[in-house]
Amino acid sequence: MSDIPAPAHQPFRLSMLLYDRRYRSMTIQVVVFILVMAAGWWLVDNTIRNLQALGKDFNFGFLFQRSGYDIGSPPIPYNSDDTHLRAAVVGLLNTVIISILGCIAATFLGTAVGIARLSNNWLFARLMTIYVEMFRNIPLLLWILIVYALLTEILPAPAAYRGEDPEWSKILFGNVALTNRYTAIPSIGLTNDPGMLDLGFRIMINWATIAFAVVLIGGWLVRRVVLNRAQAAQDRTGERPTTWWINLAIMTVPSLLLIWYFGLHLIQPELTGFNFSGGLNLQNGFVALWLALTLYTGAFIAEIVRAGILSVSKGQTEAAFALGLQPNRTMNLVILPQALRVIIPPLTSQYLNLTKNSSLAIAVAYMDLRGTLGGTTLNQTGRELEAILLMMLIYLALSLLISAGMNAFNARVKLKER
Amino acid sequence: MSEMHAETVPFVRDTMIPPAQPPELQSGAVKWLRANLFSGPVNTALTLLGVAIIWFLFSHFWDWFAHSVWNAGSLTECRQIIAERWGEGSRGACWAVIRERWHQYMFGFYPPELHFRPVMAFGFLMVALAPVLFSETVIIRRNVLIVTTVATLLLMFLLKAPMVWMVFAAVILIGSVILAERRVSRLLVFSFLYPLLGVWLLWGGSLWGPIMVLVALGLGWAAWRLLVGFSPLLAMIAGVLVTLGLWLFAVGPAASDARSLLALSIIPVDSDQFGGFLLSITIGVAGIALSLPMGIVLALARRSDMFLVHTLAVVFIEFIRGVPLITLLFVASLLLNYFLPPGTNFDIILRVIIMVTIFAAAYMAEVIRGGLAALPRGQYEAADALGLDYWRAQRLIILPQALKISIPGIVSTFIGMFKDTTLVVFVGLFDPLKGVSDFVRADINWKGIYWEPYIFVGAIFFIICFSMSRYSMYLERRLQRDHR
Repeated sequence: MSDIPAPAHQPFRLSMLLYDRRYRSMTIQVVVFILVMAAGWWLVDNTIRNLQALGKDFNFGFLFQRSGYDIGSPPIPYNSDDTHLRAAVVGLLNTVIISILGCIAATFLGTAVGIARLSNNWLFARLMTIYVEMFRNIPLLLWILIVYALLTEILPAPAAYRGEDPEWSKILFGNVALTNRYTAIPSIGLTNDPGMLDLGFRIMINWATIAFAVVLIGGWLVRRVVLNRAQAAQDRTGERPTTWWINLAIMTVPSLLLIWYFGLHLIQPELTGFNFSGGLNLQNGFVALWLALTLYTGAFIAEIVRAGILSVSKGQTEAAFALGLQPNRTMNLVILPQALRVIIPPLTSQYLNLTKNSSLAIAVAYMDLRGTLGGTTLNQTGRELEAILLMMLIYLALSLLISAGMNAFNARVKLKER
Repeated sequence: MSEMHAETVPFVRDTMIPPAQPPELQSGAVKWLRANLFSGPVNTALTLLGVAIIWFLFSHFWDWFAHSVWNAGSLTECRQIIAERWGEGSRGACWAVIRERWHQYMFGFYPPELHFRPVMAFGFLMVALAPVLFSETVIIRRNVLIVTTVATLLLMFLLKAPMVWMVFAAVILIGSVILAERRVSRLLVFSFLYPLLGVWLLWGGSLWGPIMVLVALGLGWAAWRLLVGFSPLLAMIAGVLVTLGLWLFAVGPAASDARSLLALSIIPVDSDQFGGFLLSITIGVAGIALSLPMGIVLALARRSDMFLVHTLAVVFIEFIRGVPLITLLFVASLLLNYFLPPGTNFDIILRVIIMVTIFAAAYMAEVIRGGLAALPRGQYEAADALGLDYWRAQRLIILPQALKISIPGIVSTFIGMFKDTTLVVFVGLFDPLKGVSDFVRADINWKGIYWEPYIFVGAIFFIICFSMSRYSMYLERRLQRDHR
């Protein structure tokens, strides 16, 4: 809307603050500002008075006091003599771990189901529809509780694996043992251990892990160089040099060499005494939360993937085939890039939802951020205001981080209009 | 050549061949199977996998369902009956727990002799929704209203409602059916009054509170009416101020004064007696009804040109969307009292409703913002060209279209919110899923029962959420105006 400039000689009158478009928005903003400030002042004033009445102050000193509670299988060394701050960090790490694992698994599951729902197979498509509708229309909490009950009620105690001919036997070639308290999985052992790098704060990281990370990232960078060269060669001569075996070698050979050098092997969980040892024991709370989050979010992602693929018009596929592209190249070069544009924004919000939903760990006693900082710490110190405020800010930071990352990814794949 | 052919007698068949069946492999079930289940190796493998999944589920769960027991006093009794009937070592579902405790799943600890009140409130809710949600066709509206009337009265009769209440409900329900037949827009008055009526029916107490709230609203309207000729903006401000001021400072004392004159009171029910699906539906419906207008306002604020308004809306929305609902519920239960004047202590359900509303409104705002952004620019320009002011343009042109576009998103927000009402268990309320089930399991008779309560609660949630999503799809089709 274009404003007609008022004649210059018209004098300013007070009523113009209300009736003149040019000034009215200023008036409204000032009023809103005053109202918001007044409301904020009212809340803060109330809080101060309430805290005074209770004889409390507002400080975060409790974070540096001894926590005095234990956390089962923490990701970094932790015991009850550590501070509340370290407990909160352990909780945060647990939240991050379950979120990352959940996002990865849900993406795979969701993509597979989304494609399966579009398959020609009548029976399989119907089954997948039932799965999606079941999980989308029933509260997540119910799924967490059901999976948890399945694990704790149906699975046997570790003792069932005892003896020559046990009642239960380990699955996946004797690598995984399911029990009613934990799932025992193998851990990775090194015969030629290079030792640990101390990062401070009693956090150690194995040199072998660093070596693998360096090799993988380096391999990926070299691969990009090779691909760019191949592209340049193709632009120059019209013939693309064969690169697949170079890439394969770059990505696998150094890793294989490292595996051979460090003597990497799996340590199978063995029943010693009453419990499994040797491998990792994943607590049932963790497994239940992970499975339930994966299945639940997977159903939503399946719908997103399906909508994304359906949004690419059939003519695109037909055109690609008419140009002589093979089906897999059609998928990679024509369908997916267009579908991704539709898929990524809602996928981001599903990742955010999964991260936030991981706070339901409260139902299965998995000590995530809410369980440590917003649970035991809060109850022990009685610092509701500080603990909840801090917890909310951390969740907010996590959410903003995820959406920033996904937005950057989205910016790369989105339609470049000129 | 052509000459030769010209002399030959042309052969033209002069009788019809009777239509033949297509070859066996090209028709009917066989063709369908070949096309849909066995069209290739991958497809066949998928079919086999699907059959394997079905067989797995069937073989593991069928006998459990088939051996259901509905009549028993405890889990041990259930097991005994199953062992007697189907032999030692067989297992079965013990639905007797649902039969025995259904009232707790439905109403929590609401006094049993008052169960008819929530039922009546729910019936009235359907009537209040009818002119808004079910008025696309006369037939649907008629069906909804008649089914509601019959079901509500029947249930109230079964729950042994007193005669006075039966007559009250019958008058309102049958009256609304007749009113809807004559002039459906009149029913909107009932929709408008419903929130107060519903609150009164659910929590009980004196009728004077709701009446005074209405009177304050009326006085606010009168103030607006008085000033509207002078200046519309001032009139709006005065109306809002008068209403809010009366609500905050005058309604309570006036209601208690009136109560001392004439009680007009029904048995009050405390919030901690609410539970089960009654709690979920109360929180869900209140949250839905309140979050939609708040979401619209937030969405408009976020799209505003005014920098301050826009920034505040962005900060608010992103903050709420960035934290889990559980933390907000903790704010409701632990912190809200810090933020309010000392000595204020109000109802936990109300606090939870406030937080759930704020949470849902932030999501709603984003959905509606998407709808607003999807409108072609021409619609805004057309509104400007007609000389409409901001609010008229929004109300008459922009919002109806934007809301129509965002129906799927709005309904999925509703569904998500309704599912999230189960989280109130973590602030000590009796939600049907964990609160009531844990309570039932704490009873020695039902100790160790897991699946039946979960399946029962899950099934009810599924029915409600699935019908909401189907209804939204139907609505979307009904409102579709583009002809493709």
